[in-house]
Amino acid sequence: MDSRTNIGRVRGLGSAKHGGEHWLKQRLTAIGNVLLTTWFVLSLLMIPSFDHAALALWLAQPLVAVPMILMIANIFAHVRLGLQVLIEDYVHDDGLKFAAMTLLNFYVIASAVFGIFVVAKLAFTGAPA
Amino acid sequence: MAKNPNRPLSPHLQVYRWSPQMAISIFHRATGFVLATAGMMTLLWWLSAIGGGAQSYATFQQYVVSAGTDGTALQFASNWFFRLVGLAVTFSFFQHLASGLRHFVLDMGAGYELKTNRLWASVAFVAAFFATALVALFVASRFLGVL
Repeated sequence: MDSRTNIGRVRGLGSAKHGGEHWLKQRLTAIGNVLLTTWFVLSLLMIPSFDHAALALWLAQPLVAVPMILMIANIFAHVRLGLQVLIEDYVHDDGLKFAAMTLLNFYVIASAVFGIFVVAKLAFTGAPA
Repeated sequence: MAKNPNRPLSPHLQVYRWSPQMAISIFHRATGFVLATAGMMTLLWWLSAIGGGAQSYATFQQYVVSAGTDGTALQFASNWFFRLVGLAVTFSFFQHLASGLRHFVLDMGAGYELKTNRLWASVAFVAAFFATALVALFVASRFLGVL
């Protein structure tokens, strides 16, 4: 324990070298999202039929299931970064901020795992009748 | 550290005249939030309904797309709710995409001149509006029997 202030302690130490990480990840996942959601929108426009059997066959193909899994993972990674900024900017109470960040992490991880599991299960075992 | 609630605050949104450059910034956040919540939850419901089999996909269709002629009141209400969600998510997608692409240009250090900056902020809004209208017309004619 020393009696210096927080700013006095870190002054002159230079940056922690992690300042650009969040920013860069946000841009990289954004590029991924541009590619993957473009694929998704074009696929939706080209699906000949929206009845269940046709959709199940469509989604189970490797060339659909893999980009779909990538899209789910990439979008939720981007959501994690983006909503973190919203929380940091608009939630000022420390306790609420902690709770919101915890909730955000639970939300993105649970949702991404659920989505990936659903697609993988369909691709590996087919749709139930 | 204790916070003094009486500290002076910097001027916030409400004191400025709205401009496209300012609107696009707040819209980027708002549309991102819509996509992250309503958009992704609807997508996951759709995917899990496909994976869940014909019965669960029929349930998804009754609540989200169209309840048909013998639907319940709840299903009809839900249909209209999801039409609004669909419109909001579609606009949010194109708006977030357009202003995201604009961010890439700004990240390279280009497009900060006042007139250029204002122009491309406006272009992003107009592009998102027309893309949304196009998709809405497409969906209305192909799936909802309108037009």
